[in-house]
Amino acid sequence: MSMNYDAAVAAYEPTLGLEVHVELNTKSKMFCSCSTEFGAEPNTQTCPVCLGLPGSLPVVNGKAIESSILIGLALNCSIAPFSRFARKNYFYPDMPKNFQTSQYDEPICVDGYLDVEIETDEGPKKFRVEIERVHMEEDTGKSLHVGGSTGRIHGAEYSLLDYNRAGIPLVEIVTRIVPGTGKYAPQVARAYVTELRDILRSLGVSDVKMEQGSLRCDANVSIAPIGSGKLGTRSETKNVNSLRSVERAVSGEIERQANRLESGERIIQETRHFLEESGQTRPGRSKETAEDYRYFPEPDLVPVTPDADWIEELRKRIPEKPSIRRKRLQEEWNVPAKEMESMVNAELLDVVEETVKLGSDATRARSWWLGEVSRLANEKEVAPTSLITAAQVAEVIALIAGGELTDKLARQVVEGVINGEGTPREVIDKRGLKVVSDDSALMVAIEAAIAAQPDTAERIRGGNIPAAGALIGAVMKATGGQADAAKVRELLLKHLGQG
Amino acid sequence: MTHIYSTAAQMSAALAAKEVSSVDLTKEHLARIAQVDTDVHAFLYVDKEGALAQAEAADKLRAAGGAISPLAGVPLALKDVLAQKGIPTTCGSKMLENWRPPYDSTVVTKLKAAGVVILGKTNMDEFAMGSSTENSAYGPTHNPWDLDRIPGGSGGGSAAALAAFEAPLAIGTDTGGSIRQPAAVTGTVGVKPTYGGVSRYGLVAFSSSLDQAGPCARTVLDTALLHEVIAGYDERDSTSINQAVPDVVAAAKRQEVKGMKIGVVKELGGDGFQAGVSQRFQEALEILVANGAEIVEVSCPNFEYALAAYYLIAPSEASSNLARFDSMRYGIRVGDDGTVGAEEVMRATRHLGFGPEVKRRIILGTYALSSGYYDAYYGSAQKVRTLIKRDYEKAFESVDVLVSPTCPTTAFKIGEKSDDPLAMYLNDIATIPVNMAGIGGMSLPCGLAPEDNLPVGFQIMSPVMQDDRMYRVGGTLEAALVSKWGQPLLSAETKLAVK
Ligand SMILES: [Zn+2]
Repeated sequence: MSMNYDAAVAAYEPTLGLEVHVELNTKSKMFCSCSTEFGAEPNTQTCPVCLGLPGSLPVVNGKAIESSILIGLALNCSIAPFSRFARKNYFYPDMPKNFQTSQYDEPICVDGYLDVEIETDEGPKKFRVEIERVHMEEDTGKSLHVGGSTGRIHGAEYSLLDYNRAGIPLVEIVTRIVPGTGKYAPQVARAYVTELRDILRSLGVSDVKMEQGSLRCDANVSIAPIGSGKLGTRSETKNVNSLRSVERAVSGEIERQANRLESGERIIQETRHFLEESGQTRPGRSKETAEDYRYFPEPDLVPVTPDADWIEELRKRIPEKPSIRRKRLQEEWNVPAKEMESMVNAELLDVVEETVKLGSDATRARSWWLGEVSRLANEKEVAPTSLITAAQVAEVIALIAGGELTDKLARQVVEGVINGEGTPREVIDKRGLKVVSDDSALMVAIEAAIAAQPDTAERIRGGNIPAAGALIGAVMKATGGQADAAKVRELLLKHLGQG
Repeated sequence: MTHIYSTAAQMSAALAAKEVSSVDLTKEHLARIAQVDTDVHAFLYVDKEGALAQAEAADKLRAAGGAISPLAGVPLALKDVLAQKGIPTTCGSKMLENWRPPYDSTVVTKLKAAGVVILGKTNMDEFAMGSSTENSAYGPTHNPWDLDRIPGGSGGGSAAALAAFEAPLAIGTDTGGSIRQPAAVTGTVGVKPTYGGVSRYGLVAFSSSLDQAGPCARTVLDTALLHEVIAGYDERDSTSINQAVPDVVAAAKRQEVKGMKIGVVKELGGDGFQAGVSQRFQEALEILVANGAEIVEVSCPNFEYALAAYYLIAPSEASSNLARFDSMRYGIRVGDDGTVGAEEVMRATRHLGFGPEVKRRIILGTYALSSGYYDAYYGSAQKVRTLIKRDYEKAFESVDVLVSPTCPTTAFKIGEKSDDPLAMYLNDIATIPVNMAGIGGMSLPCGLAPEDNLPVGFQIMSPVMQDDRMYRVGGTLEAALVSKWGQPLLSAETKLAVK
């Protein structure tokens, strides 16, 4: 390409809009009681309702409404006292009814915002992303097109359909256009999706796993010459399934559009697909001839009319905003921003906080969870928090602080706890992992070391203190690492007249 | 002696007195079906084995002396639009030829729980679209009064089965008059309960906001007994009303209307109504006056627009409801020879699977919902609907029930109106406003029109969830008419075309 990103944003002003689809983690589907469990045999989690069999009727899952309201409240939205579902009509084999039941012009939450902060050349800067709406809808089934080269329906030899996903509750969060980001549009997009993901996680309404598709982002991007005061034609990039990709997709689209305009071409209003490997987008469906979905209110469902008292109850359940909480903890713990970020990314902030609340030092708590526990969890390919509890880690840290364990022994204790050998105390007892702190027992080892290396002992007596290292090492070896090295040093030097 | 000419209440008494077993009663009806249904063609499917098994179970339950519902062991004919597990449910359409639902509709669940014996599935206009049963893909049903005439529609099969003494009870569904108009032209009783009074779960939808299943029989009391069995709140139907079912059986037995105010709807009579229809209607009003009711004329000015609005709302909803018939999951599949894609197969299947009236309405509805036309058509129709509701509300402020002839004419000849859809639609002019407002409506016979000796229907309309009122008025009128005639309109002595 002839125009790189910096040149593109020097000439053009990007405008951003983001649509995020969130799969809720309710136990049952949006309109029936089928399980939402991931990974079951195809078509085993279906019933007349989610298969759209003739005569079946939907019933709204109350838990999905609750989750949607929580999301709206956390995003500073107004909760509509009256909202409705509509039917979005189009034919596709993975849609059992050939219409999708989705909220349309009467969504459950409207007019919110989310503030995000990014680093700019002039330091941290806050951007307000306005939320237009939060609405509920049902997911479609999954099609697998077999044969043919594209993996798409056209050219396939045959297609397989799995309706386990049909009817899984989705919430779509749509922003208004975000103007004025300038060259920071990609960072703002990423910060927004990150913040949104953290909020959804803190609400406990979704697994928010972008890789598994429980959080999917579509990025709308347009550009216009700087100072023109106009909005350009937008493209909608789908299939963006990591935070890094959000950023890359937006910058890639800005660059692509600028190059088109520079070469005298126009921007086509279309859906594009993000390609993970190249960071580019490829064209999908053109939206120039907009499909007519013939929306109309779903007559099989009654309007959603949440009670004002209930909404207030739910409002009390909204936790502290994750970014504010992070700032607070960062100050309390006095840790660098990078460290905070790695805890957040590893999804360990909650458990570290819990460990600290149980009396551990923040630095130690962080290093145990991010270090040894995470390493073992990686080996086993599970979440660190599934291996050991905050209380157990706090106990180990307390034992170290009290001098009963060395770091090395503590690692063995943690390993034992993870292997199911019991509580830290039990592991210590079973494995005999006591720090040797009995002076007389240590003295035996020290005298043996001196006897083995009389020359070294003599040098120490003569004032060569650094030579003590060799004898301390010998003592540590003799005690199997269970001695406290500082204690050995103290006793040794004293014994040789240097204490 | 055969019991087929008895009322359901009489059959129930005979069963209770052990004068007859349910198995014998069922056999009598199966024999009658075998004898006359080649001429009448009320049934699309007769479930001989299933019916006898249900009858045997009802007899066993009775012999065991357990609690038993009043209609236990009494046979019934089920309109083919209601899902019955394992039994073909075609909706009168080629599209669903041989489709056997894997589940029971709530109406069927309730019938089974009450021990009612389901004889089989009755003929209907395809997907309940029509007023003559001529739109069935399986050939028309013939009116037992005159085999060259229509039995009404869409539930012509259920009404004809009653009039031909093939069953004492039947279930119909009523979207714009499909229970009441067939009742009127066959001299039987049919009730469209308040919308939401009977669960729609398992009723294959034509127009979700208008469809309502209801009871059909030869007497008002039998209709009430069946109403009691099928009505009530169902958590699987969001639009069902969570309130106690009005005591319709007591109301049907009350047989007095002293002090009741009965409103005659000015707009539902006069010009365009057959002379004999108007005459019998007037005579019935006089009988009600003689029984102490007060008759007043009321005006519902917006009824003028009801038909036009109905033919926008019903097809709109139908165009979406019928989208699911795409050959992917159930029903027939056409043109899948491995050389064409899913879209072509869908197109070919829908082309062959749907009849002309269904296609006409799908096209009408698709058009009405299209962007750019939505407000003018669907939107305006919904406004009219609100106005009709208000007309009723206003009228019910001053009267207890409203009345009108059920249809403008008696049964017309088969083929007479099949080339003129508009003339056919006009047949429902007096029944449609009831569906638009979601209130209750009943049709009962009020005599034979002198000019053609064919039955005339008398319609009674009652406010939402006040269905008992129409049973009270209907029961009183019926008793007075039968005593005037010396016998019911339909009896063993009635000169039907089928013997
Ligand atoms: Zn389901």
